[in-house]
Amino acid sequence: MSVYSLWGSLEIGLIFGLVALGVLISFRVLNFPDLTVDGSFPLGGAAAAILIHHGYDPFVATGIGTLAAGFAGVITGWLNVRLKIMDLLASILMMIALYSINLRVMDAPNVPLITESTVFTVLQPAGLHDYVARPLILLVLVVVVKLALDWFFATQVGLAMRSTGSNPRMARSQGIRTGNMVLLGMGISNALCGLAGALFAQSQGGADISMGIGTIVIGLAAVIIGESILPSRRLAITTLAVVIGAVLYRFFVALALNADFVGLKAQDLNLVTAVLVTVALVIPLIKQRLRRKRVE
Amino acid sequence: MILHSALRSLVGTVAVVGALAAVPAQAQSVAVTSIVEHPALDAVKDGVHEALATAGYTEAKGLKWQFQTAQGNNAIAAQIARKFVGDKPDVIVAIATPTSQAVVAATKTIPVVFSAVTDPVAAQLVPGTGPSGINVTGVSDALPLQKQIDLIRKVVPNAKKIGMVYNPGEANSVVVVKQLRELLPKAGLTLVEATAPRTVDVGAAARSLVGKVDAIYTNTDNNVVSAYEALVKVGEAAKIPLIAADTDSVKRGAIAALGVNYHDLGVQTGQLVVKILKGAKPGDLPWETSSKLELYVNPGAAARQGVTLPDSLIKSATKVVK
Repeated sequence: MSVYSLWGSLEIGLIFGLVALGVLISFRVLNFPDLTVDGSFPLGGAAAAILIHHGYDPFVATGIGTLAAGFAGVITGWLNVRLKIMDLLASILMMIALYSINLRVMDAPNVPLITESTVFTVLQPAGLHDYVARPLILLVLVVVVKLALDWFFATQVGLAMRSTGSNPRMARSQGIRTGNMVLLGMGISNALCGLAGALFAQSQGGADISMGIGTIVIGLAAVIIGESILPSRRLAITTLAVVIGAVLYRFFVALALNADFVGLKAQDLNLVTAVLVTVALVIPLIKQRLRRKRVE
Repeated sequence: MILHSALRSLVGTVAVVGALAAVPAQAQSVAVTSIVEHPALDAVKDGVHEALATAGYTEAKGLKWQFQTAQGNNAIAAQIARKFVGDKPDVIVAIATPTSQAVVAATKTIPVVFSAVTDPVAAQLVPGTGPSGINVTGVSDALPLQKQIDLIRKVVPNAKKIGMVYNPGEANSVVVVKQLRELLPKAGLTLVEATAPRTVDVGAAARSLVGKVDAIYTNTDNNVVSAYEALVKVGEAAKIPLIAADTDSVKRGAIAALGVNYHDLGVQTGQLVVKILKGAKPGDLPWETSSKLELYVNPGAAARQGVTLPDSLIKSATKVVK
């Protein structure tokens, strides 16, 4: 595996680390199975790409992409809280609606950004290769987002949101307006996914309508890998764990891409990735069994 | 004795150096990536491989050939692009628009040859027609649409309204639709669109055109090609003639198709790769469009969809499907 491909895995892994943080909020904190992600990730990318294409500042474009995706999440929450549509169904409705909306936003299935200036080209420090600079820029951003989330979940509102997810009835009896908490949480969750989409489009040369396919699966895989590697009841550790999980997932894909020496072919990629992730998930279990044996 | 062994090792060293010099300067390596495995895109890949073999670049002679598909996933396409750039092959071949964009975004130095991209300028792969001046060249699969319209007129001379089923999420199809919206009225025809965002929507989209159109034209849209049988069912039940742009669809029930042979497109792409391997700069090689179009006709399907094909058209066909 080349250094270049490792930096690439880190870059894409960190972008999906933002998705993992978003998925952590919806699935774990709020206990809301949210598939909007498959639409909000490309929405962030689409909005950012089309704005940059029309000459807007890449930072403004990224910000608007993030807000748009957050708004989409709020609507999913609203469908569930106010219109009483089942959570999973509400998110599926939003996801399929976003497919059309994204096509409208881009006015085409594909908006290239190969020759435009992006947040990465603007922040590019002199004397550093771009393939090293991008992951470092993302690392700083992801750390900032992680710390901001840790801070938020320790505030009054953050704690109210966590109690909404773990025991809504008790939360309501304490005077927490759980409906609003769901809307806020879904907004933050999808805003993070939209931010990831906006950055992904800018690092990969453009937004494409198909860029959202499977985002939720990768986000969830990252959350589960992270939780099994760094199991903890402290949210500050879990936010770190899911980002590590997202990066690890990308390393597994890079590893699978280099598996040709054992006679594996291009079409085996997804299978190899699945096997590697399974192994990563089973290791803690094996460790536990070994420890138990030693005790006996 | 000591002298003897020293002499022998010296002779050995000379022999090794001599052998090294006899091997061509460096083994060539070509890395190919495609967004998804699909008959047309696979034909392109095989065509590239064949063109390389014809020019004497084979695995037996030291060619390092590598192929990866992104399995339809853009994040994986991005990772494949990074892996290839890290492997530093002599040429990267990128098949279809999203993969080509990922590769071009990942390298400004390694020669990139794209293939099966309908509009490389709109995709920002190259700045315009002619030599790009950068590390990119390739072959577009854009069809001359005027010839497609001529074919429609030959198959259904008194048609007024032409239906089209396509995936609004496919860049290649949207390019074709945009151009047809302008070109068809000039030929006295109107375009009626029906979209199929997923393969399962193709049948429903075709049914929505029944009673509104005199013929249905389809481009090389991936969704439509994958589910062409659904279109054939509607065409035969409602007697709507079907004209395609993918020649394989004729075997599956289209009346006629004037299309790019994707295997030949791959060979053409491979010939560009060979030029670069021999020392040409990609920036000096203008990107190309397919040089060869093939007409396939299916008189049986024509009868089932309520039209008879003129003999002249059948005679001019590359292949007549029985």
